[in-house]
Amino acid sequence: MSKRVLLGLLLACGLSASALAQEPKTGGVINAVIQPEPPGLMLAMIQNGPTQMVSGNIFEGLLRYSPKLEPQPELAESWSVSEDAKTYTFKLRKGVTWHDGKPFTAADVLFSVEMLKQTHARARNNLAQVDKVEAPDDNTVVFTLKQPFGPFLGIFEVGSMPMVPKHLYEGTDWKTNPYNNAPIGTGPFMFKEWQKGSFIRLVKNPNYYEKGKPYIDEIYWQIIPDAAARSVAYETGKVDVLPGGSVENFDVPRLSKLKDTCVTGAGWEFFSPLAWLWLNNRQGPLADKRVRQAIMYAIDRDFAKDVIWNGLGKVATGPSASTIKYYTDDVPKYPYDPAKAKALLKEAGYKGEKIRLLPLAYGETWQRWGEAVKQNLMDVGMSIETISTDVAGGNQKIGDWDYDIAFTYLYQYGDPALGVGRNYVSSAIAKGQVFNNVEGYSNPEIDKLFADGAVATPDSKRKEIYAKAQKLLVEDVPVAWMLELQFPTIMRCKVKNLITTGIGVNDGFKDAWLDK
Amino acid sequence: MKQFWKSILKSPSGVIGLVILLLAIGVAVFGPLLFPNSPWRMVQRPFLPPFTLSTVPLGTDALGRDVFAGMIFGARVSLLVGLVSTLVALVVGIPIGAMAGYFGGRIDDALMRFTEFFQTIPSFALAIVLVAILQPSIYSIVTSIAVVSWPPVARLVRGEVLSLRTREYVQAAVVTGQSNSWIILREILPNALSPVIVLASLMVATAILLESSLSFLGLGDPNLISWGYMVGAGRTVIRQAWWITVFPGVAILISVLGLNLIGEGLNDALNPRLSREGR
Repeated sequence: MSKRVLLGLLLACGLSASALAQEPKTGGVINAVIQPEPPGLMLAMIQNGPTQMVSGNIFEGLLRYSPKLEPQPELAESWSVSEDAKTYTFKLRKGVTWHDGKPFTAADVLFSVEMLKQTHARARNNLAQVDKVEAPDDNTVVFTLKQPFGPFLGIFEVGSMPMVPKHLYEGTDWKTNPYNNAPIGTGPFMFKEWQKGSFIRLVKNPNYYEKGKPYIDEIYWQIIPDAAARSVAYETGKVDVLPGGSVENFDVPRLSKLKDTCVTGAGWEFFSPLAWLWLNNRQGPLADKRVRQAIMYAIDRDFAKDVIWNGLGKVATGPSASTIKYYTDDVPKYPYDPAKAKALLKEAGYKGEKIRLLPLAYGETWQRWGEAVKQNLMDVGMSIETISTDVAGGNQKIGDWDYDIAFTYLYQYGDPALGVGRNYVSSAIAKGQVFNNVEGYSNPEIDKLFADGAVATPDSKRKEIYAKAQKLLVEDVPVAWMLELQFPTIMRCKVKNLITTGIGVNDGFKDAWLDK
Repeated sequence: MKQFWKSILKSPSGVIGLVILLLAIGVAVFGPLLFPNSPWRMVQRPFLPPFTLSTVPLGTDALGRDVFAGMIFGARVSLLVGLVSTLVALVVGIPIGAMAGYFGGRIDDALMRFTEFFQTIPSFALAIVLVAILQPSIYSIVTSIAVVSWPPVARLVRGEVLSLRTREYVQAAVVTGQSNSWIILREILPNALSPVIVLASLMVATAILLESSLSFLGLGDPNLISWGYMVGAGRTVIRQAWWITVFPGVAILISVLGLNLIGEGLNDALNPRLSREGR
């Protein structure tokens, strides 16, 4: 009988706990790791990963994005698109104030757009189709485009287009503005202090426009330079949140098994980092499509996922990650098939010419991955020589096109027109850059498909165009797609609702609360 | 020569060292014949503990590669780097030292200042810089180890030559009109060699350690497996898999110890004062 009572009690406890769990609690302090220490926090001028992670909670964009990348209201409470898809009208939220108490208005939006065009390379690119921006009244902003641009509603994320206070920046030298060191935004958290090399402290914005939010009183972003020390800091309870990429992969399983620890791979949908091998299409054996296909067959990508990335991520099927728009898996498949790889190499007349492999100098995981890929390729009879170099040296070689195979991973930004096309269209070939079309692939048909896809309407038309482009690219293998990377966020289970959007921790503290 | 072997075999440390060295050389030469597969090949599931499967007796590393095969192939790289770089250091150091000691004066000054230039830079730091500049490869590693290890040879040889060149038999050779190179090569160097041989055996040990340290730091030849690389690659997972670092670490320890013992044995055998006492 005692057993049954105990069970009943346990069940009752469990039920009541989960029932309570729905109701957010106010208060508490969260310690999170930030790695590496950001160079600065002024999001309009610095877009490093760690800057986005901290400042995404200080600044805000017009829109926020769900994990499925649907736009959601943030500073804009509603928006409408004209019939011809060339005019976008945003209604701004009323009663929003900057952290210094001044009201946020349409004038700030106009100013931010102008400033970002000069300080933010990706924003400048995203805004290239914009003809003019106007503010008919204090709470309305109208963007008029030169021609319809399908991904337009995808460019208002806080890291891509943060809103900057006009009254503090207009007419000043932006680079030396004192507010760069103590940024003023409209976000749920306010900058409080930054002890270089130690921590960055944010405190709750008491006048936040969404009543009751944020729930957390303070965030400490702890700066811990050594990977092993970061793991230990979590184990000893010094930090509660390890954002993606802050500990080495092989530590993830061990930390995940700790008591009261929750792990999620969510919160990277907007970025959808996709890892691939640049294949130099210009010269040598890799100029032959069959050799490039052989490489796809020769590499055991499931092994890479299961062993090197500890089962995190997903084997890529083509140029688009499965989390971004218009993805299709209706493309030629390249399963691990060494025999087929050998046959293709033979057919292409490959005679053991030396091929240089450039791994990514981002630490252990990437080094091991380089070794595994090399072994895979040697197993099918390719002669591979690993070139070891540091990050700067590797970038130099890639930029100079002085490589045969090179590792990389790039963000996709939710839409093929923003993050995918740039890697395959021939207009994006330029010496000296480490992203865009580094492989030297040039195909007029692909150029046309991506050009059409960006401006086509309606959505179904874009879908059709991008499906065609994906199919064509996967057949040609301009680069060897490896994995959709996943950077798991490890945190104490008492931290609730931290990751609810497509950019995760970057703007997640708005909804997060602590279950004490 | 017979005398030499006899005396070296008399010292227990020399015998132990010699056995270890022969064993290591045997492994380096014949080991790869027993393991036709590349040590980089992923053969079993990752992190397999040692002594669980007879096919991979020492377990597997983070990618499922055979630790035992890695050690066998690593012996080849470690010994090769040790021997070749020492040889290069001797080839550079002995002539410089001999010329400095024999000719003296300005030549001596010039050569010794040059040598000191190298000696003032911390050798490991210099080796790191050289490998980093030349891009890590087996050639750049041998070169950099040789560059940092020849100065002691030059100084030692110079000292020996300085004391030998005042001996009567050398003066006799000068008087009979022998050429300088003949005197250095035939009269002086053979008598100066014993301490150099002792030093050389210790240099091989140092070179193996240097190569391991470079590989540990990720500056090894990425295409060749070596003990230092294995320790470096396994270091970060030492809490989950001790065997990946421990076995190659023990291999480094034993081979360096063996070479030091040989050096000691050689010292006993070649030092005339010590051997006379022994008699």
